[in-house]
Amino acid sequence: MNLTLLTGATALLFLGFIFELVRRRKLREKYAVLWLAVGVVVLALGLFPTALNRVAIAVGVANGVSLALFFGVMFLLLVCLHLSWEASRLEDETRVLAEEVALLRLRLDEQIEERSAP
Amino acid sequence: MTDTDILSARPRDAEDRAGARRILIIVPAWNEEGSIAGVISEIEDALPFVDVLVVDDGSTDETAKAARAAGAVAVTLPYNLGVGGAMRLGYKYARDRGYDVAIQVDADGQHDPAYIPKLIDALSGASLVIGARFAGEGDYSVRGPRRWAMSMLSLVLSRMARTKLTDTTSGFRACDRDLINLFAEWYPVEYLGDTVETLVRTVRLGYRVGQIPVAMRKRTVGTPSQSPLKAMLYLTRAFFALFLALVRR
Repeated sequence: MNLTLLTGATALLFLGFIFELVRRRKLREKYAVLWLAVGVVVLALGLFPTALNRVAIAVGVANGVSLALFFGVMFLLLVCLHLSWEASRLEDETRVLAEEVALLRLRLDEQIEERSAP
Repeated sequence: MTDTDILSARPRDAEDRAGARRILIIVPAWNEEGSIAGVISEIEDALPFVDVLVVDDGSTDETAKAARAAGAVAVTLPYNLGVGGAMRLGYKYARDRGYDVAIQVDADGQHDPAYIPKLIDALSGASLVIGARFAGEGDYSVRGPRRWAMSMLSLVLSRMARTKLTDTTSGFRACDRDLINLFAEWYPVEYLGDTVETLVRTVRLGYRVGQIPVAMRKRTVGTPSQSPLKAMLYLTRAFFALFLALVRR
């Protein structure tokens, strides 16, 4: 019973934190949906830690906690991969911006020069 | 052919070309305030009919100022993007201002401008011409893993391009308008990607690649690393760069 209290309370705090981030517009919608869904799953498993036992036994895993751990690790790996992908994409975008800024600055300097020395 | 032969053949060629094609020399430079002015004046002395663009790759010194004082156009990136980013910016400039030929020359003075007319001439038979070491001009001793890496790259890329390429990582290269347009939009930014991956892409798109033998000079500042560990790392990175270039679309 004590364990359920601990996991349930943690899950509620987690869900509340995500909700607050969404409310303050700190998370984009696509991430908000993902993390809210994760929060709900964590809450469900927190309140009913034995819920996965049947599924676990059916796929040959000793118990539900091991299965949840396995999924958890896989999920975190995917999230890390996704973040690397996003970082690469953002870097590509900022590179283009840097190039554009450099070209615009050159053009601006040229125009100022043309105007000051006709 | 010696250097003096090239130089004596220059003035006539220069006049032939002066009105015909617009030529841009792109010099990517990162903290090269000491050598940039010398490189620019050398280019302008040897080839008065070309324009020089210095891409100041987020230098913390006065590279751009020195370049302008020496008579080049200098464009300044807000932060360091690496050679690939600097070159893409250079090709964008070349495309936007309608240049017919773009030539990359390093800012450290190792590329001799006397070879530029030969690079331009060779563009009549290829879209991309590399100024290559190990092809008869100059003498170089590269040994160990660094040599293996270079041999591996030149073997694979020569086979792909169906022509002998002895120095695939050379940054001394000229390209025509088709490739200026391609490189303005697409230019790899990763280590060795700017040389190896551009070659793979260029060949796959059906453009011809060629090379002319050049002698490169000692870098005016700094020395290339000779430690075996670094050479080994270079080999690994060369393998990886080639692998990426081959599997990427």
